[in-house]
Amino acid sequence: MAIVEMQKLSICANKKHRKAILETLQSMGIMELSYSNIDEDSGLTKMDTQAARTKYEKRAASFEQALKLLSQYAPSDGDKTGLFYEKPRIARSEIDKAVADRHHYNVEVAEILSAEKSMNECQGVIQKDENAIVSLEPWMNLDIPMNCEGTKDTKCLIGSIPGTLTEAELYAAASKDMPEPAALTASVISALNETTQVVVICMKQDAEKVEDNLRTAGFARPSMPVIGIPSEVAEDYRKEIAEMQKTIDEKKQIIAGYKNERQHFRMMSDYYRSRADKYRLLGTVPQSRNVFFLEGWVPAEKADDIAKLMTDQFGAAVGKEDNGNPEDEPVQLRNNHFAQSAESVLASYGLPQHGRVDPTAIMAVFYVIFFGMMLSDAGYGIVMALATAILLIRKKNMDEGTRRFLRLFFYCGLSTTFWGFMYGGFFGDAIDVIAHTWFGVPSDQTVLKPLWFAPLNNPMRLLIWCMLFGLIHLFTGLGIKGYELLKAHDIVAFISDIVAWYMFLMGLILMLLPSDLFKSISGMTFTFPGWMNSFSRILAIVGALIILVMSGRDRKNWAIRIALGAYDLYGVTSWLSDVLSYSRLLALGLATGVIASVINMMGSMFGSGVGKVIIFIVVFILGHTLNIAINALGAYVHTNRLQYVEFFGKFYDAGGRAFNPFRHKNKYIQVKEEN
Amino acid sequence: MSMGMVFALMGAALATALPGVGSAWGVGIAGQAAAGVVSEDPDQFAKVLLLQLLPGTQGIYGLLVTFITLSQIGILGGNPVTDTATGMLYLFACLPIAIVGLISAYHQGRTSVASIGLVAKKPDQFGKAMLFPAMVETYAILALLISILAVTGI
Repeated sequence: MAIVEMQKLSICANKKHRKAILETLQSMGIMELSYSNIDEDSGLTKMDTQAARTKYEKRAASFEQALKLLSQYAPSDGDKTGLFYEKPRIARSEIDKAVADRHHYNVEVAEILSAEKSMNECQGVIQKDENAIVSLEPWMNLDIPMNCEGTKDTKCLIGSIPGTLTEAELYAAASKDMPEPAALTASVISALNETTQVVVICMKQDAEKVEDNLRTAGFARPSMPVIGIPSEVAEDYRKEIAEMQKTIDEKKQIIAGYKNERQHFRMMSDYYRSRADKYRLLGTVPQSRNVFFLEGWVPAEKADDIAKLMTDQFGAAVGKEDNGNPEDEPVQLRNNHFAQSAESVLASYGLPQHGRVDPTAIMAVFYVIFFGMMLSDAGYGIVMALATAILLIRKKNMDEGTRRFLRLFFYCGLSTTFWGFMYGGFFGDAIDVIAHTWFGVPSDQTVLKPLWFAPLNNPMRLLIWCMLFGLIHLFTGLGIKGYELLKAHDIVAFISDIVAWYMFLMGLILMLLPSDLFKSISGMTFTFPGWMNSFSRILAIVGALIILVMSGRDRKNWAIRIALGAYDLYGVTSWLSDVLSYSRLLALGLATGVIASVINMMGSMFGSGVGKVIIFIVVFILGHTLNIAINALGAYVHTNRLQYVEFFGKFYDAGGRAFNPFRHKNKYIQVKEEN
Repeated sequence: MSMGMVFALMGAALATALPGVGSAWGVGIAGQAAAGVVSEDPDQFAKVLLLQLLPGTQGIYGLLVTFITLSQIGILGGNPVTDTATGMLYLFACLPIAIVGLISAYHQGRTSVASIGLVAKKPDQFGKAMLFPAMVETYAILALLISILAVTGI
């Protein structure tokens, strides 16, 4: 449990080693480079690497795109890059070989991407054709070309009219104000969606009149001009669609043909990603005509090694700088194997600052205990521990963060198993139900007896215990704050902010325990000797007095000082609500157990003989899977809350900046170094 | 069947019905927000799903109280309630989780919606985003506790 000491280093070296030094640092992944601003008149400049950087980022992205297309058109098991993705370990020599061949892979990717592009174009054409076919649908019965203007003596009017018309109505509308019988034919092609498609043929001399008549009825020519007979045009479109589909299939084949290149594409994507990163950094490095400067943080214990390496290999001048403001110093945690697994819990609240305590190890212990109490079922605990253990063993190359997370839940699973047996829960009351239903054990006999006691039989007793655990948790938090004050040699604050609170609270608790109120709530009787009663009173009063007088000690005005002290004393109510908050340990523990019992009961209610067994197994598996998922989520959320709100509230303020060394940020692969 | 049984069963029914309504409501609105986020960024699926599920616990707490009540009033076990007063005791014992479950689940759902928005913008702040809905749930837990203590104490 510690925060790693950091050392600021400055490196100055000949420009010809620039790339080599950056590459060395990148593969060591040990130094966080800070991007210093340069003075206008120092004569130093920065290189413009924007173009190179963009180029490599684009390449990394196009390899990524190619991989995505491959997983789409030639799926294989290795494509999944989800939470449990294992980055394949690839030997350095193999990567170097691939990098040497990179032009070859670039050409391949260009082919894949151009295939994708033409696929998209074909898709566009298909879309357009399909729309055209749909718009031709009402005209399918028309047997003359749609662009037909008429013959030498006749005029042909093709279009649509809103509303549903019969041929007689159409004829009447077209021949309005014309002598009977008018020389025109009016035919309805189709009537769809409240519009009627019509063809009207009339003599050329009547054309103007007829067109006017039709326009009054709402006649309009088709918005999209179509050349040819509709059914033939549609047939042409269909042929084109088929052709396009064939092209798309061919292109898919082309893309799928590269399926064996996946690994290389992964290497190349990561290679270009690293290279883009290097150029981004290069653009921030101040340099003169012959030398360049780097500045950054390294773990203090590695500082000498790095300095030696830089001097020996590249003739660089390395200096240790003054660390300056501790707030600038990046934070890296170092913990033992167990506590490491809870680092992410701490990090998602915020890392500690330098000079403060890293509470990970202490928090991890409480985390695992509280999680166990909330899930509190031996069966669920075993399932959880087994599942995480199997994942951890089978997938050794998983992302380190994921591995730690799984490890945390492995420990939580063990703790859950422990508390399950303490409370007598194994998939709820599964053992008892099975014994009563099938093995003829009398129903008033408990088979799996709790090692401690069953919460539902005496919830009040467990509630008191939960609050005791909470008090220990909170007192530990206060203790950590006291430790920090002592480390800073602030004895006055230690006495007045920490010891006084311990005295005050302990005094109050000792006064409460023998009282009638506590007895009636918990059913427990404490009898203290007389001196103990006066001792607890003195303890509480002295504590309260110190808080009253000392809390506002930085104020000169005594009135304000006492008022602040009184306000601080009022803070005892927040202790009360904090302690009550631990009642969730009981509530969630009960929730798991009771719901599990409901599932077992439902499973054993129906059927008889073999059918009963089958129903029980089905209900058991479905029900408990659901219950374990929901309650594990609840336990996770509320364990976090107890740490973040109650525990951290007593002493912890985050604000540390995570150590972010310059390194290969590989997405797909990891490098196996060979010696 | 006595009037007491009617009241007791009414309490048991309310304990599941009201928090169930609240949870369905809360999970519903959170689910709409979650689906919106996933449509933009499918990688956030697991995170927003967890946030969506948070308002679902009230329904389970209600079920829990109902089950304990049913096993005490002679429906799933225990002795049948014979007098009206005892029945009303069960009814009132069920009310904390019934009322608080309904309202807290709705508000937890709304907080989940906000947290889902937070995760959409800053996926690395998931730990904190999860905390806001969990704060609302505290009061459902307190209500559950009192209901359990009351029902088992009768």
